[in-house]
Amino acid sequence: MRVADSENALARFLIAPALIYIGAVIGVPFVLSLWFAVSDVTVSSTAGHFVGLSNFRLALEDPSFSRALRNTFLFAIASQLVVIVLATVLAVALQKDFRGKWVVRLLILLPWVAPVSLGSIGWLWILDSIYSVINYGMDHWLHMCGPEPGKTPCPVWLGQPALAMSSIIIVQVWRTLPLATVINLGGLTSIPQDIHDAAQIDGAGFFRTLFQITLPLVLPILLVAVLFGFVFAFTDMIVVWVLTRGGPYDMTQVLASLAFFKGIDGGDLAGASAIALFLFPVLAAAAILLLRLARRSEVV
Amino acid sequence: MAIVETKQLRKVFTDHIAVDGVDLATREGEFLVLLGPSGCGKTTLLRMIAGLEKQTSGDIVIGGSVVNDLPPRERKIAMVFQSYALYPHLTVAKNIAFPLKAGGTPSDQIEKRVQTAASMFGIERLLHRKPRQLSGGERQRVALARAMVREPAVFLLDEPLSNLDAKLRTSARDELQQFQRRLGTTTIYVTHDQVEAMGLGHRIAVMSKGKVRQLGPPQEVYNDPADTFVAGFLGSPPMNFFERNGATVGFRPEQILPKGQYSSQEPLVHLWYRVDRVENLGADRLLYGVLRDLAPDVKMIVNLPFTVHQPVTEGQAYEFSIKQSDLKFFDKETGLRVAPRPL
Repeated sequence: MRVADSENALARFLIAPALIYIGAVIGVPFVLSLWFAVSDVTVSSTAGHFVGLSNFRLALEDPSFSRALRNTFLFAIASQLVVIVLATVLAVALQKDFRGKWVVRLLILLPWVAPVSLGSIGWLWILDSIYSVINYGMDHWLHMCGPEPGKTPCPVWLGQPALAMSSIIIVQVWRTLPLATVINLGGLTSIPQDIHDAAQIDGAGFFRTLFQITLPLVLPILLVAVLFGFVFAFTDMIVVWVLTRGGPYDMTQVLASLAFFKGIDGGDLAGASAIALFLFPVLAAAAILLLRLARRSEVV
Repeated sequence: MAIVETKQLRKVFTDHIAVDGVDLATREGEFLVLLGPSGCGKTTLLRMIAGLEKQTSGDIVIGGSVVNDLPPRERKIAMVFQSYALYPHLTVAKNIAFPLKAGGTPSDQIEKRVQTAASMFGIERLLHRKPRQLSGGERQRVALARAMVREPAVFLLDEPLSNLDAKLRTSARDELQQFQRRLGTTTIYVTHDQVEAMGLGHRIAVMSKGKVRQLGPPQEVYNDPADTFVAGFLGSPPMNFFERNGATVGFRPEQILPKGQYSSQEPLVHLWYRVDRVENLGADRLLYGVLRDLAPDVKMIVNLPFTVHQPVTEGQAYEFSIKQSDLKFFDKETGLRVAPRPL
């Protein structure tokens, strides 16, 4: 008998590459980091000793950790709130037919297809303290600020704590918006046209249809987009890395970037693992919760 | 109650004409059926009347006023969709209440009217269920309840029975008709099913390629087709056609019988029919064969009711009779009905 004749054997055969890959690239490092988090390994001595939960205790006592924790939540929640609203608006707009729709689609998808580093470096220049195009506009066209004496100084986007955090959130929104929009659009297109027509016949206006028909129906799919966005925002550090390196004074540090700086740049593998793992239970719980919500609100 | 009129109504999509200058007027409280094959423009016509589709030109008049630019909600219409289009996340009660809420009905009245609508269709016990927990027939009733709860002046129904199984369809057809007669609301009903059209409509508008080919009561459309399209579209099996003396001649399979079956004094035409094959369907026998002398190359179907007991052997020719008045004559070029002439 050949493998292809037995469904069980075939199933195992087909799923094996994925399992091996995930096991090797995610499973092994994950287990390793579990061990690192309760040991005292460093870059120079990988043979560590068991130290219990002291890495976690040290992290909790560290003010930059608690700031990074706060920042992570701020970063994730703020960016995803904006993404949900914008993605819904965009998806609803893109569902309609209008001239130049494909251009808009292309523009929205561009951040997704462009390499992250490239996009972020673009933003780095946009937000630069001297060459910022925003500041140029504010100076030359709007006459709101300028470097000359007597004028209000232009904002230093990445140098002032509140502005830096906002900048990072905006760039994260720019990055994750395309995926959320596309997922959302997929959800919207899956609603049969008859339902929209029925709502129109029944006398529902735009907002009634949106909030009482469209959004409830698209909710399960929207939740998937939100789940992706949150996990992304909680675990990702590339925007922070490129734009601010966590600065000024750790003001934009998130857990992922803090773990990176501590473990890779600072060599403290044990401390970094503890920080990186800190949110794992929260994320796992969030994932389970969202998947359950999504299943419960599945209607069709 | 209202009269719906369309005047020279046209709808052109980028690459084809869906509705091509339709003039149609319902009567007060009438059940008008739009019948035609798929793609004939009947659904587009209905959607234009509903306001879901903007006409390219022409006027739509409902209850005496031109509604060309009014949104659906201001046209005093209700529509039932082929898919029923129930809101899947809302309970039956909320589905029925939705048009009332959207129309700003006070909430103390909403519940009462939902109850009334539900009891009219016998769905009171389903009010707390979601659409996915309902059978096809129950969904159809909910859709009807949702449509009538606002007491519209016109009902628009788009193939509402086509998602039901054959058995249910018969009883649903009956209920639908009773319900319409009781409310007396003008109804426009789209279908491609001639049985539904014949059974339900006060009048039938037969459509093809965006045009209304004939408008009339079911019997008239069936017995006096205006052209070969209408003649061929209605009836199952369809009308037989053959060419004779520069005209197209048609007769219905059930109107030709073995000689001697017709006792009437009406003038009869006698024809020799050669039977090639017999299909016994229980209630009827279908004979497949040719008119031996008149049109030996054209397949003709004869439908013998079970009351005709004459034995029929395949390969044999028999003499059949048909009433002269049952022979219909059409222009060979245009397909339009012409005056009878001798064969």
